[in-house]
Amino acid sequence: MEKGSKVNHHLFVRENKAVSFSDETLAKIRSLIRRYPEGRQKSALLPVLHIAQEELGGYLSVDTMDYVASLLGINPMEVYEVATFYSMFYLEKMGKYVLEVCHTGPCAICGGEEVLKHIKDYLHIETGETTPDGMFTLKEVECLGACGNGPVMQVNTEFYEHMTEKQVEKVIEELRQKQGEEGTSKGWAEQFS
Amino acid sequence: MGRAILLDKVNIPGIRAFEVYRAHGGYKPVDKGLREMTAAQVQQEVIKSGLRGRGGAGFPTGLKWSFLDRKSDKPRYLVCNADESEPGTFKDRYLMEKLPHLLIEGLILSSYALGVKTCYIYIRGEFKYLVGILETAIREAKKNNYLGERILGTDFSLEIYVHPGAGAYICGEETALLESLEGKRGNPRIKPPFPAYKGVYDCPTVVNNVETLATVAPIISMGGETYAGIGTGKSTGTKLISACGNINKPGVYEIEMGLPTEDFIYSEEYCGGMKNDRMLKAVIPGGSSVPILPADLILNTAKGQPRLITYESLSEGEFESGSMLGSGGFIVFDEDACIVRNTWNLTRFYRHESCGQCSPCREGTGWMEKILYRIEHGQGRMSDIDLLVRIAKNIEGNTICPLGDAAAWPVASAIRHFRGEFEAHINVPCTMYNGQMKEERAL
Amino acid sequence: MFKITIDNILIEVEEGTTILQAARMIGGKVVPPAMCYYTGLKGSGGKCRSCLVKVAKGSAKDPRPMPKLVASCSTPVQDGMVVENTTSAEVQEARKGVVEFLLINHPLDCPVCDQAGECDLQDLSYGFGMEETNTREPRREYPVVDIGPLIKLHMNRCIHCYRCVLAAEQLTKKRAHGMLYRGDTMEISTFIQTAIDNDFSGNMIDVCPVGALTDKTFRFKSRVWFLNPMNAHRECSKCSGKVTAWMFGNEIYRITGRKDQFGEVEEFICNECRFEKKDINDWVIDGPRKIKRQSVISSNHYEELKKGSIIHPIEGTTEPQE
Repeated sequence: MEKGSKVNHHLFVRENKAVSFSDETLAKIRSLIRRYPEGRQKSALLPVLHIAQEELGGYLSVDTMDYVASLLGINPMEVYEVATFYSMFYLEKMGKYVLEVCHTGPCAICGGEEVLKHIKDYLHIETGETTPDGMFTLKEVECLGACGNGPVMQVNTEFYEHMTEKQVEKVIEELRQKQGEEGTSKGWAEQFS
Repeated sequence: MGRAILLDKVNIPGIRAFEVYRAHGGYKPVDKGLREMTAAQVQQEVIKSGLRGRGGAGFPTGLKWSFLDRKSDKPRYLVCNADESEPGTFKDRYLMEKLPHLLIEGLILSSYALGVKTCYIYIRGEFKYLVGILETAIREAKKNNYLGERILGTDFSLEIYVHPGAGAYICGEETALLESLEGKRGNPRIKPPFPAYKGVYDCPTVVNNVETLATVAPIISMGGETYAGIGTGKSTGTKLISACGNINKPGVYEIEMGLPTEDFIYSEEYCGGMKNDRMLKAVIPGGSSVPILPADLILNTAKGQPRLITYESLSEGEFESGSMLGSGGFIVFDEDACIVRNTWNLTRFYRHESCGQCSPCREGTGWMEKILYRIEHGQGRMSDIDLLVRIAKNIEGNTICPLGDAAAWPVASAIRHFRGEFEAHINVPCTMYNGQMKEERAL
Repeated sequence: MFKITIDNILIEVEEGTTILQAARMIGGKVVPPAMCYYTGLKGSGGKCRSCLVKVAKGSAKDPRPMPKLVASCSTPVQDGMVVENTTSAEVQEARKGVVEFLLINHPLDCPVCDQAGECDLQDLSYGFGMEETNTREPRREYPVVDIGPLIKLHMNRCIHCYRCVLAAEQLTKKRAHGMLYRGDTMEISTFIQTAIDNDFSGNMIDVCPVGALTDKTFRFKSRVWFLNPMNAHRECSKCSGKVTAWMFGNEIYRITGRKDQFGEVEEFICNECRFEKKDINDWVIDGPRKIKRQSVISSNHYEELKKGSIIHPIEGTTEPQE
């Protein structure tokens, strides 16, 4: 949410860095495109952006989006419009782990706001900020659809449920220990048959 | 009570796997539908069942199917709406996680009835792990000739694809979902034309909720009339209710339509009563968009009848003293909950999720959020309360899609039933909320 | 042909006509205001909600009223339909609400806005706006985005009508700006620093209903009502060359497309005609252009206007039947 009434958008820079998917991922993307009727390859935009964000640096740079546009044969502006609409796409470099804490109604009445505040104190960062070591970025998000198990947090699209102040510390410390290791959850490309 | 039609197999170990599911009677409805019935007969059973859309609007499913343009020579599509994002609602997530094959069964039967060859499951992006679960189930079904070319040796062929969203509540609105499926911003379309004539790729399209489509399998299995015999009145069958908030046992429960809300909240079989034995203060019975009801009106209607979980009973009294069944997201508040804070919270949600396309919603949700934020933080004026009512009224019904209504109803109903609490907040920062938190934001 | 009644005036129109188009055929006060609909832009309309009307009778076959007010610009007529616009208090109330929504975040900087005098939002506010504001929240402020030397983007004034996006999409090969983000932070922008530059980009200015997109070559040069609009033409290889030249004496201050009584251009013009040909010798002046819209530029007759009667042609005004 914007602070006060100032909208804090800014223009982005095209760095003209070469970005590309692996051959394996490209094959997967081609098969995704075939799921939609001919001439409707733009339909694959959301799944391809998910894969791009995950495999090409953890966020969508202008270069990444231009690359996706060229793969799908669409105007880059169409990609920018879509990427800025959906809240799961990041436009800036994020920490290794993005802590997305739900603070919508059902989670809030079960202590979601306290958990959020505790993470801020524990990591000494505000919402939207990344820890100096580049490990954690904190995001406030709206309903994640797991209200029965609130408060809920997602870390890089993995659900952590029934969060308490203690639990959240534990999760953060475990993630710290995992540094260098790859996550256990399957990536976007692997989700699709 | 306690009759399980959808979730009957949910506790069987390994039920997510095709072999286990099949061994427990899974895919028999598909065998029956495809081998013994015509497409028209399948649709007829759904009409007879009285099944109503489980996504929130409660529109009769059979009727919706009958609108599909069958004269067009374009391909038809079935789109499963799995973009479950309504705060308080998490039933579809549960169903897809536990019983992915039940949904696949429903999709096969529905596609058969509608003459559809391609079906998309539009699932919210946050449910990334479910994409893999569903794709696996699809792969298994295909391996066993329940999907793909010439299913079970019949002339019927079907492909199902999972399509992830990327974080936008608005994509649960069916035309926004179709836009999103086409790779665009999730802006709801202006209707008419309706999806039944011009849906995805301008082709005739039916969009149904996960639970709705899953229910088609047991309907074919038991017959539409038998299904219609369950429940009460025009609320037939069972409904998945996702309960959350200040209760002992939050979770997803399958209830027979007609269960009194009091039993649902207090019985051990369901919510197990209020957490820490607090008093019940209010309930939002159908997902965050529907009007909130105070304890007395959720337990009994204004006429003193027990309030039942049905489309009719929950909306009895209209907006004066009633609410809606909606998507079945049952949010329970205890005596410590601050209605003002909660209303502000939900309004912030709608402000965040408004697509921004039409003026009343784009500007109105933000305006209400700012005012409620001020009231909650002791900066409100008495006149703000009536202003909120007026803004809500100006949004309601005047927007392109129902998100405007969804944002207006919680505010209007909270003020209607808890006006005193709003007044108590004027000039006094919230005393009920015990987390000593200061949002750093300019008023 | 379909028979439709709007504010008790009966008219026959072709199937597929929208309520708004039918009302425009009648003309006068029964025409609902339109802030986002633009006849020449495919897919426009339905968004601003200022053209909401009440359908009191759906059709001869199905006489039930429509449950909600509908956007007249995107609702096709049915045979026997009965529509209420100025005769419905509900419509007038809803329209007031819409104007209020459009204004709560608008900077109200008409005194320094080049659009003043020919601004649809100004007209709409005059017709349906309240005299006092009910909001005390700070107004939304966007960061300034420079979109090049020809067009000034003033995002704070934007009402998110999508017209400029549609114009760029439909008139140019590769649109360089779009609608970014969502909700009340939705923004017209180029996303990356770039100048919007192609032969027809200037039409964004003409289609913009407010002062969000204005002509940089005309910026702060004159108030529009001090200028004489003249029909002018020239041989042009890119467009029809038919324009309105806004003159003061023998000086051309700016060039725009020729707008009709509903503020829509008859033909889109190219950037060369619009921005580069400011010398009177570049043009054949055909004579004064009659501005049929009721606005300060045409009438100087604000005192004649009554509340709720804005945006209608001066000539042949049709009164709603009581």
